[in-house]
Amino acid sequence: MGIETPNGFKLDNAGRRIVVDPVTRIEGHMRVEVNVDADNIIRNAVSTGTMWRGIEVILKGRDPRDAWAFTERICGVCTGTHALTSVRAVENALGINIPENANSIRNIMQLTLQVHDHLVHFYHLHALDWVDVVSALSADPKATSALAQSISDWPLSSPGYFRDLQGRLKKFVDSGQLGPFKNGYWGHAAYKLPPEANLMAVAHYLEALDFQKEIVKIHTVYGGKNPHPNWLVGGVPSPINVDGVGAVGAINMERLNLVSSIIDQAIAFTEQVYLPDLKAIGSFYKDWLHGGGLSSTSVMSYGDIPEHANDYTDASLKLPRGVILNGKLDEIYPIDLANPDEVQEFVTHSWYKYPDETKGLHPWDGITEPHFELGPNARGTKTNIEALDEAAKYSFIKSPRWKGHAVEVGPLARYVIGYAQGKAEFKEPVDKLLTDLGLPLTALFSTLGRTAARALECQWAARQLRYFQDKLVANIKAGDLSTANTDKWTPDTWPKEAKGVGFTEAPRGALGHWIRIKDGKIDNYQAVVPTTWNGSPRDPQGNIGAFEAALLDTPMADPEKPLEILRTLHSFDPCLACSTHVMSEDGQDMATVTVR
Amino acid sequence: MGSATETFYDVIRRQGITRRSFVKFCNLTAASLGLGPVAAAQMAHALETKPRIPVIWMHGLECTCCSESFIRSAHPLAKDVILSMISLDYDDTLMAAAGHQAEEILQETREKYKGGYILAVEGNPPLNEDGMYCIDGGRPFVEKLKEMADDAMAVIAWGACASWGCVQAAKPNPTQAVPIDKVIRNKPIIKVPGCPPIAEVMTGVISYILTFGKMPELDRQGRPQMFYSQRIHDKCYRRPHFDAGQFVESWDDESARKGYCLYKVGCKGPTTYNACSTVRWNGGVSFPIQSGHGCIGCSEDGFWDKGSFYDRLTTIRQFGVEATADQIGLAAAGVVVAGVAVHTAATAVKRLTSKHDPHRRNDHP
Repeated sequence: MGIETPNGFKLDNAGRRIVVDPVTRIEGHMRVEVNVDADNIIRNAVSTGTMWRGIEVILKGRDPRDAWAFTERICGVCTGTHALTSVRAVENALGINIPENANSIRNIMQLTLQVHDHLVHFYHLHALDWVDVVSALSADPKATSALAQSISDWPLSSPGYFRDLQGRLKKFVDSGQLGPFKNGYWGHAAYKLPPEANLMAVAHYLEALDFQKEIVKIHTVYGGKNPHPNWLVGGVPSPINVDGVGAVGAINMERLNLVSSIIDQAIAFTEQVYLPDLKAIGSFYKDWLHGGGLSSTSVMSYGDIPEHANDYTDASLKLPRGVILNGKLDEIYPIDLANPDEVQEFVTHSWYKYPDETKGLHPWDGITEPHFELGPNARGTKTNIEALDEAAKYSFIKSPRWKGHAVEVGPLARYVIGYAQGKAEFKEPVDKLLTDLGLPLTALFSTLGRTAARALECQWAARQLRYFQDKLVANIKAGDLSTANTDKWTPDTWPKEAKGVGFTEAPRGALGHWIRIKDGKIDNYQAVVPTTWNGSPRDPQGNIGAFEAALLDTPMADPEKPLEILRTLHSFDPCLACSTHVMSEDGQDMATVTVR
Repeated sequence: MGSATETFYDVIRRQGITRRSFVKFCNLTAASLGLGPVAAAQMAHALETKPRIPVIWMHGLECTCCSESFIRSAHPLAKDVILSMISLDYDDTLMAAAGHQAEEILQETREKYKGGYILAVEGNPPLNEDGMYCIDGGRPFVEKLKEMADDAMAVIAWGACASWGCVQAAKPNPTQAVPIDKVIRNKPIIKVPGCPPIAEVMTGVISYILTFGKMPELDRQGRPQMFYSQRIHDKCYRRPHFDAGQFVESWDDESARKGYCLYKVGCKGPTTYNACSTVRWNGGVSFPIQSGHGCIGCSEDGFWDKGSFYDRLTTIRQFGVEATADQIGLAAAGVVVAGVAVHTAATAVKRLTSKHDPHRRNDHP
């Protein structure tokens, strides 16, 4: 039976139900169910977060200065971004200003994550949705070399290089032990690349795997390790001592040089490998412009990368900030994260309970009480689910809405807003890419557009790394060595009660943490994360979220092999451990859950 | 060529890697394990004669930091581990297949490699709500975990989640998340704690098993003693400042800039057993203390519930650097150190022995 959602999507669950569980090549646990019509076109989509960890419940009563470490463990893929959001929330609550150097170093940490995360996402989580590994075996190495050299100056491009790689791949496949490539959808009709492009992409899959471990060394210098580098309320933990006694061990000339050389490599890899690959792959998928979902109508970005320390106004933020609704690109709404009527979370279709589930709650006043139950039309049993009932509760993800609207967040949202604001650094690369591919602006609103925006942003982030590293060095040169403000380090300097909000643009989109502090301890903590926005189930009005919207109307070549579903879901870079967070106003309730 | 006769050495030679490079790899890997040239020769021999062992890498409640750490490995490269050393037949994070094509691999592995695959577990199972706080394929993760453990040769517990419980098991542990040894009782488990563990420690453990054909020597808590037997504090390059009474008193003070000891700002190095101050992180670039923040003790059981990360330790065990985790460790009785030999037969990998002798030491083949 067909219905139309308030946000304009037609749903029909009459056709055959296809279940994909587990959805792989994502962070965490996720399930998706779709209904396809007689032509195998997706007419209904149900996305489900299938894990719940309760980290914010655990935060209650803890030292706010420790919160960054707990929340960092929400996600090890977007490692550090929750920690940054957390220290910002605590600083906002307590009125702590950080030094300029700390702002530059934090930006460098965050941009390093953007570059790393986007690169690993494209090559290791997403590429196999576009690239047929087995087809690469039939490529002509010479032609592959010609292709590679026609699109980039990257030196690893000789016929011999690709011949050796193909030989290695062939022997790997011939061994019969396919490892992570086992049971892939090789030969699927939705794969469109010629063998040479596949071989080139496989080569870069392996090169990127080697290179990603280099980029993160920037985190290791400033944060001591990666994944999960260290952060500090009030600044950054790494002191600066360029040429004094005991400089070894602090940020010194050798450390700055190490970071600088990695930034150069990151820019080179992004511009000579990632972007040319994206463009080459995109040129073969120009006809596959499904998966737009909410991107052409409703997008949101909180903005990030402050130019000036402690200045989180729109003018200071280098990543764009604002909301676009109903496809009106000429009207960008401002965001106030402290306004109780803007960001709200609903649980009507989530495995949680509210006293009144018709209403949403602002994060400062959030309630979470887990309540796992299947709807009357679900098939299977409570511990062996065959099909979910989306008319009832069906996900551990809540439904956040901005003034009641479902929005998409992430690189594409940021680029759409930046484009709409007419900012050259976002608009020009988009226009150039579309022109090169011979595509209209509307092509941006697609799975391919989402994937392309991520690549463009990776290049932007790599260049911004250079900018902030230079800025850091210039500031040190000017005599400013300060990296931390400890005026309000001890709890006796804090007010009895305080509340704050911190935000970032994580690789996957808008991220906010809301904190209440009472008597020096965390009284309430809530994170609303990108995949909560994108992967949200329906709200009380029936609006669908970005994942579900993007899957609709996509034709599947073979529903038994759900390549198209994976392709579109992966274009969001889902992070389920992030999305299935929880907070309880009355966290103690959680402790009474029966221990079996 | 059939999979049964595939060896690490065959694969890398036919991939164009020279004998010389192979030997160099063995030397480097042995060195990274703190072993000498004799061990390098043993490693070379082992890798020449062994098939690639199937590895099933499952994810429970976790944050994927262990997988992310694993792919950071510099020696050996993650790429070479995945393509040449093991057969990573199932890993939700990296595998091409999804849905029932992914599920089929689990069944096939249980049947085809019964008793011959390694189960690597990242994250842990929640027991509340009948296990449905972590659903995988429509079922509780804990059930699938137990099934796959039943037919595994050995189990690796990656990271603090699988080893101890980690952040989701911190008080009040709303999902009742438990370390995997609470639900897997019938297999030897190697605990590789840390949040996450160091990349080269992770690949080092795998290399060790493949090289020496057995489990690494484990301490009383089930950790490989080669990486977890000494405190961060005992090998910390800032230790002389501790001994000299030179401490950072406040963030970014003069002492911080001089690299003094972080004990007074909460460093947990004196109570934490890990290889951070020796192996260091991300190819040896740094480790938390070197970059100015105290150790938060992330490889220790229950490290989330031992007060603030900035609280000063009040009880440091007074003992010399010669003491090991076992010597001052828990008085746990009857803890088993299991040794599993990986058979070098040409046709199959199979479990040979599971010795229950806690005193068995230094008996490398």
